[in-house]
Amino acid sequence: MLALRWLLGKDLRILRRSPVLSALLIFYPAVVAVLIGLALSRSPGLPRVAFLNEIAPSRSEISLGATRIDINSYEKQLFHSLALVPVKTRAQALADVRDGTTVAALIIPADLPQRLATGDETAFINVVYNGSAINESLVQSAIEAKLGRANALLAAQLEKVAGGYINLLLGGGKLSFLGETFNVLGLRASERRLDAVLAALPANSPVYPRIASVANFAKIAVNNLGTSKRVIGAVAAPVRARNQFVNGRRTALDFYAVAVAVTVSLMFVCLLLASGMLALEREENTFGRLRRGLVRAEILLAEKALLAAVCAAVVGFAMLAGISIFVTLDWARAGLWLVAIAAGSIAFATLGVALGGLVRDVRAASLLALLVSFPLVFLALVPAGAVAPGLYDVIRVLSAVFPFKPAFEAVNAAVNRSSPGVWVAIGHLAALVAGFGALARVGLRG
Amino acid sequence: MSPPTLRASSLGKRFGDRVALRDVSFELAGGEILAVIGPNGAGKTTLLSLLAGASTPSEGSVSAPAGERIGWVPQQTAVYSKLSVLENLRLFARLERVGDPDGAVETMLEQTGLRERADEQLGRLSGGNRQRVNIAVGLLADPAVALLDEPSASLDPRQRERLWEFIGVRARAGTSIVFATHNIAEAERYAGRVLVLADGELLYGGTLEGLRGDRGHDLESAFVEFLRERGH
Repeated sequence: MLALRWLLGKDLRILRRSPVLSALLIFYPAVVAVLIGLALSRSPGLPRVAFLNEIAPSRSEISLGATRIDINSYEKQLFHSLALVPVKTRAQALADVRDGTTVAALIIPADLPQRLATGDETAFINVVYNGSAINESLVQSAIEAKLGRANALLAAQLEKVAGGYINLLLGGGKLSFLGETFNVLGLRASERRLDAVLAALPANSPVYPRIASVANFAKIAVNNLGTSKRVIGAVAAPVRARNQFVNGRRTALDFYAVAVAVTVSLMFVCLLLASGMLALEREENTFGRLRRGLVRAEILLAEKALLAAVCAAVVGFAMLAGISIFVTLDWARAGLWLVAIAAGSIAFATLGVALGGLVRDVRAASLLALLVSFPLVFLALVPAGAVAPGLYDVIRVLSAVFPFKPAFEAVNAAVNRSSPGVWVAIGHLAALVAGFGALARVGLRG
Repeated sequence: MSPPTLRASSLGKRFGDRVALRDVSFELAGGEILAVIGPNGAGKTTLLSLLAGASTPSEGSVSAPAGERIGWVPQQTAVYSKLSVLENLRLFARLERVGDPDGAVETMLEQTGLRERADEQLGRLSGGNRQRVNIAVGLLADPAVALLDEPSASLDPRQRERLWEFIGVRARAGTSIVFATHNIAEAERYAGRVLVLADGELLYGGTLEGLRGDRGHDLESAFVEFLRERGH
C-alpha cells in the first residue's frame, strides 16, 4: 500500500508538470459543462424559411355554410417554429433557397381557400428545399409536423361547424343565411309534434300511415344524427397516441444529453490517463525497474486505475455541477451521481490499464484508446429497431462487454431515474472491472 | 576467494520461437568485477535483465544469498524525466525500502557529484548526467551485487573515469559488479574476469589473457578471431 501511495504521489507530480494535460483536465469539464448548459437552456435558432402567401387578403376566407374561416389567421399558429422570411414572388422564394439565404421556401397558392371550401380537389402547400440532405430532413420534418397540426386545426374547425349544424337540425334554433334569419323547428320538436298529431287522429284516418311514416323518420333521424356528431369528432382525429414508457421513467432528450456528455467525458479521461500513465512507465524504461520486485503488478495497475478514476470522477462531478447552473438537476441525488460516476470511472480506468499494458509508448496508448472508444460510443447509442434484429443482437453483445453502455446506464439512472437502476448497471460494471483487470494483469506479463 | 554472491544455473530465455539465451551458468564472487562482452545481439542485455529479475527466465534460475539486494542499471536510462534528480532518488529509495532513504539519497548525491543538479528535472539534463542518475538509482540500496548494462556508453571520458573510480570503490567495499560492454579495452582495464556471449550462447568464461591465448594480436583482434573460430 505504501508503494501505491508513493507511485500515486509521483504520478500526480508528473501530471502537475504536464501543463497541457493539466489544463485540459481543468478546462475540459468547465468548457463542456458551460456549452451543454447553454445549449440546453436556450432555445435553438429557428430554421429560416422563405414564405410566400399568394392568397389575396380579400379571398383568404372560406365559407362553410354560414360560417367563415380565415386561412391567414392560421399562419402564425402553424409556422411559429420556423423563422419565416416574407418574399413577394415565387422567383424570389426559389432564388433565396438556391443561394442558401433560406433552407426552404413555403408557398401557399392562391387557390387554397377555394380547394378547401369545395373539397373537390386536394389542397396543397408548396414546399421547396435546397437539396442538402441534412437541411431537407430537418426542415421537412418540421414542416410536415406543422402541416399535420394545420390539418388537425382545420378538421377541428370543420367538426365544430358541422356539429353546430347537427345541433340545429336536432334541437332547432335560429339560422342566419344571406342576411336573413330563419327559425328552424328541429327534428326533436318535429317528432313530438307529429306524435301529438298521430295521437289526435283516429286510427282509420287515411292520412295516419303517411304521418306515421314521417314521425318514424324523425325518430330515426334524431337517434342517428346524435351518433353522427361523435363520428365526425372521431374522423377529425381518428387515431391519437397515448404515451406509455415500459422502460422506466421517460428521460427528456436534454437530460439524456447530459448523461451522454458526462459518460463520454469519464471515458476519455479514464482511457487516456490510465493507458497513458501505464505506457509512460514503459516509455521511460522504469517499468522494468519497478517490476523487479519493487512493486507488484497488481499494485501498479491499481495505482494507474485509481489515479485515472479519481481524476475522471472529479471531472464528471464538476461537469454535472456546472450543468446544474443552467439545467435543473436533482441535487438530492448527488450521492447517487457520485456512486454512478465512480463506478463508471473505475470500469473505464480498468479498460484503460488493459489497453496501456499492450503498448510501449504514450502516443500508441492514446491512439489505441481513441480507436477502441469511438466506435463503442456509437454502437452503445444505437437504438433498438434502428438496425436489423440480428445486427442489433451483435451490437448489444459488443456494448455489454465494454463499459460505455453500463456506465451510461448508471449515470442516466442516477441523474434521470431511468431504467435499469443504478445498482443493476453497477453490478454489470463490477463484472467488467474483474474481466478487464484480469486481462490487464495478463498484459503485464513477460 | 569469498563465497558466491550470485549464481546463474542453466539460464535460458526464449521470445516466441527465438532463443535469446541458452544454458548460461556461472558464479560471481563477492567484490569481483565481471565483464560480459559479445557482439550486438549476443544476449548481454537479456542476461543482465534475467539476473536483475526484470524478466523471467524460460529455463534455469538465478540465486543470491537470502536478503541480499541486487542493484540494476539498465542500458537505457530508467528514471522519470518529469521528476527532479532528488525526487527520482527519493522515490526509488522508498520503493527499494532502504532503511534511511534520505541518508542514502544524500550519500548518492555526494558520490555521483549530482548535488548541484539535485533540483533539476531529468528531462533537462544532458545524456551523461541522466546516466549518472540512472547509475545512482541502481546503486541506491547499497546492493551486494550491481548489474550495469553498458554503463559508460553515453559518458564523456572524464565522466567515464569518474564512473569507474566510483565502481572501484564499491567493489573494494565488497560489492560484486557485473557489467556488459562492447568496449574490450574497458573490460581489460576494469574486469577481473569476462564472459563471452554470442548468439545467446556462453562461449568463454575466464580472464582476458586466457582468451588471448597464443593468438598473438592485440586483445580486440584476438577477441574477433576467437569469435570467428567459434563460428560467429
